[in-house]
Amino acid sequence: MNPLLKSIFSANFVFATLRVTTPILFPAIGVAITSLSGSVNIALEGIMLVSAFTGVVVSAFTGSLWLALIFGILAGVGMAALLGYFHLNLKADIIIAAIALNMFASGITVFLTYIFAHDKGTTSSLKSLVFPSVKIPIIDKIPVIGRMFSGLNILTYVALISVIVFYYLIYKTPLGLRIRAVGQNPDAAESVGVDVKKVKMYSLLLSGFFGALGGLYLSMGYVSWFSRDMTAGRGFIAIAAASIGGNLPLGTFFGSLLFGIVNTLAIFLATLKVPSELIQMIPYVTTVLVLAVYAIQKSVRSGGEE
Amino acid sequence: MKIEKFILKYFDMIRTIIAVLIGVMVSVLVIYIISKSPGHSLMYFLTGPFMTRGRIGNLLETATPILFGGLAVSIPFQASQFNVGQEGAIYLGAALGTAFALSFHFPAFMYAVIVLIFAGLIGAGWGYIPGILKAKWKVDELVSSLMMNYVAYFLGLYVINYHFRDKSAGFLVSYELPHPVWLKQFIPGTRIHLGIILAVVFAFLVYYFLYHTKLGYEIRMTGFNLHFAKYGGINTFKVIILSQVIGGFIAGVGGMVEVMGIHHRFNWQMSPGYGWDGVVVAIIGHNHPLLIILASLFLAYLRVGGQVMNLLSDVPSEMVTVIESIIILLITAEAFLSQWKYRITVREAALKEVSDESAT
Repeated sequence: MNPLLKSIFSANFVFATLRVTTPILFPAIGVAITSLSGSVNIALEGIMLVSAFTGVVVSAFTGSLWLALIFGILAGVGMAALLGYFHLNLKADIIIAAIALNMFASGITVFLTYIFAHDKGTTSSLKSLVFPSVKIPIIDKIPVIGRMFSGLNILTYVALISVIVFYYLIYKTPLGLRIRAVGQNPDAAESVGVDVKKVKMYSLLLSGFFGALGGLYLSMGYVSWFSRDMTAGRGFIAIAAASIGGNLPLGTFFGSLLFGIVNTLAIFLATLKVPSELIQMIPYVTTVLVLAVYAIQKSVRSGGEE
Repeated sequence: MKIEKFILKYFDMIRTIIAVLIGVMVSVLVIYIISKSPGHSLMYFLTGPFMTRGRIGNLLETATPILFGGLAVSIPFQASQFNVGQEGAIYLGAALGTAFALSFHFPAFMYAVIVLIFAGLIGAGWGYIPGILKAKWKVDELVSSLMMNYVAYFLGLYVINYHFRDKSAGFLVSYELPHPVWLKQFIPGTRIHLGIILAVVFAFLVYYFLYHTKLGYEIRMTGFNLHFAKYGGINTFKVIILSQVIGGFIAGVGGMVEVMGIHHRFNWQMSPGYGWDGVVVAIIGHNHPLLIILASLFLAYLRVGGQVMNLLSDVPSEMVTVIESIIILLITAEAFLSQWKYRITVREAALKEVSDESAT
C-alpha cells in the first residue's frame, strides 16, 4: 500500500485528528451557542488568545493547574462579557467590536509576554504546566481502539463531553429554550417576557467559557508555552465549522472534525515532497469551498426564493 | 448656545476626537505604570515621530500603505459588506505583482504602470470571490474573506519561495525588481516615495467615486439600506460584487506600491497587517476617504511613536495595538456620549420653542 494511505489508515491518524480537532471544537461550540441566540461572535480568536496566555502565566507563577484553569476561564469569559457589554449596552456593532477585541488580545498578550518573559515571541522562558493525558481504563487495553482513543489530553475528552453538554443545554434546559427563542424571533421572545439582552449576554458568556477551554488547550496541552498569535485563525475556522454544522451540537462536532481531518492530513502530507505552503493552505481553501457548497445547496433547496 | 449647535453639527467628529484622546490618555497611564522613567518614554512616544527628518519620513512612509488599506476597506464597508480580505489582497498583489515584474519586461515609461495594474487586478480577483459568493449564494463574506487572507498568504509565499527567491540572500526575499519599476524616492534623507502621492490621489479619486458618481451613490445606498436600495431599482447584486472588487483592486495596488517604493523586492515573510490597519483607519475616518487620510497619518504617528519608544525605552510597541483597539471600541459604541448629545438636543429644542413662542 502507498505509504501515505498507510499512515492515514492508522491508529495514529485518528489519535492526531482528535488532538487537532480539540482547539477547533471548543470555539466552534462557543460560536454555535451565540449563533443560536442570533449574534455572530468573531471574537473567539481573541478570547482563546487571552485565555491561552493567562493560563500559561498563572501556572508559571503559582504552580497550580487549578488556578490556571480558573483564571484562564475567567479571562475568556471576561473578554466575552466585554464584547457583550459593548454590543448590548453601548450598542456597538458586534463585528467591529469583535475585530477590536481580537486586536486588543493580540496586542495585550504580546505586550504582557514582553513584561513577564522579556521576549516578544514566546513565553518559553516561563515554565508552564500542562493538562495531563488520560488513559481510559478499559478502552486502553483494546488493541487498535486503545491507540486511537486512549491517552489523549484530558481537555480533548472534555471537548467531546462538551458536545453532549451543549446538546443538553440547548434542548433540555430553560436557558437553552430561551436562547433558541431569542435567536429565532427576538420580538416574539420579548413579548412573552424573555429578557432578550440577558439571554444574549448569557450565550456570549457561554461562548467565552468554551473559547477559554480551547485557548487553555492550545497553550497547556497542545504545546506548553504561549506564542504570539498562536491561535492562527482557529477562532475564525470555528465559525466555519459551526455554520457547516448548522450550529447544532452534532453538526458542529462533525464540522470541527472535518477541519481536524484536513489539518491532520496536512501534517501527514508534509512528509512528502510537496511544498509546505501549499499543504498549509488546504484547511483554508477547504473552508471556503465547504461554505460555498453548503450555501449553494441551501439556496437550491429553498428554490432560490428570497 | 452657538457652541451647542456646533457640537450637534459635528457630533460624530467630536465623538471620534474624544475617543482618540481617551486612547492617548490610556497610553500615558500605561507608560506611567510600567516604565522606569515614564517622562522619557512618554516624550519618545509623543514627540519621537517629529524629532528628526528621518522620523518624519518614517511617519509618511508608514502612512502610505495604511492609507491604501483604509481606502480599500472603505468601499465595501460603505456598501455594508464586511469584507476584510484586504490583508490577503495586499499580500498577494505584492507577491504576484513582483513575480509579474520579474517575468515580463516592458518599455520603461509604462513598466511601472503595467505592474501596478496587474497587482490591482490580482487584488480585484481576490475581492471578486467573496463578492460573488455573497451576491449569489449569501455566503458570509466576513468568514470567506478571512479564510482567503490565509490562502493569499501561503500562495504568495509559495510563489516567491519556490520560483522567485533570491538564493544569494540569507533569508526569504525575491530577486530585486528592475529599476524602471522602482518608485522614485524624492526627498533626500528619507524613503518618502512617489507612492504617497499616488495614495493621496487615490483618496481623492475614491472620494469623487463615492460621492459624485452613480455607482458610488448606489454603493452608499446599498450600505444604508439593502432592501430600500433594491426596491429603489438599484442592482444590489452588482453593487455587492463591485464594491468588493474595487476595494480589492486598491488593496492590490497598495501592496505593490509598498514593494516598488520601499523594499524594491518582495520581503514579507509575515503578512504586513496593512489590511487590518485599513479597517482601523476606515472606522476612525467613518469610511470617508478624505478623513481616512487624516486617520492614516494619526495611526502612522502612533506607530512610529511606538517604535521610537520601543527602541529607546522599556515600553513595548504593542501598546499601540491595545490603544487602537480601545479607540475603535469607543467609536463603534453608539451609546458612547449619546446621553450628552441627547441632553444638548433637548435643551436646544426647549430654547427653540421659547423663541418661537416669543416671536408669535
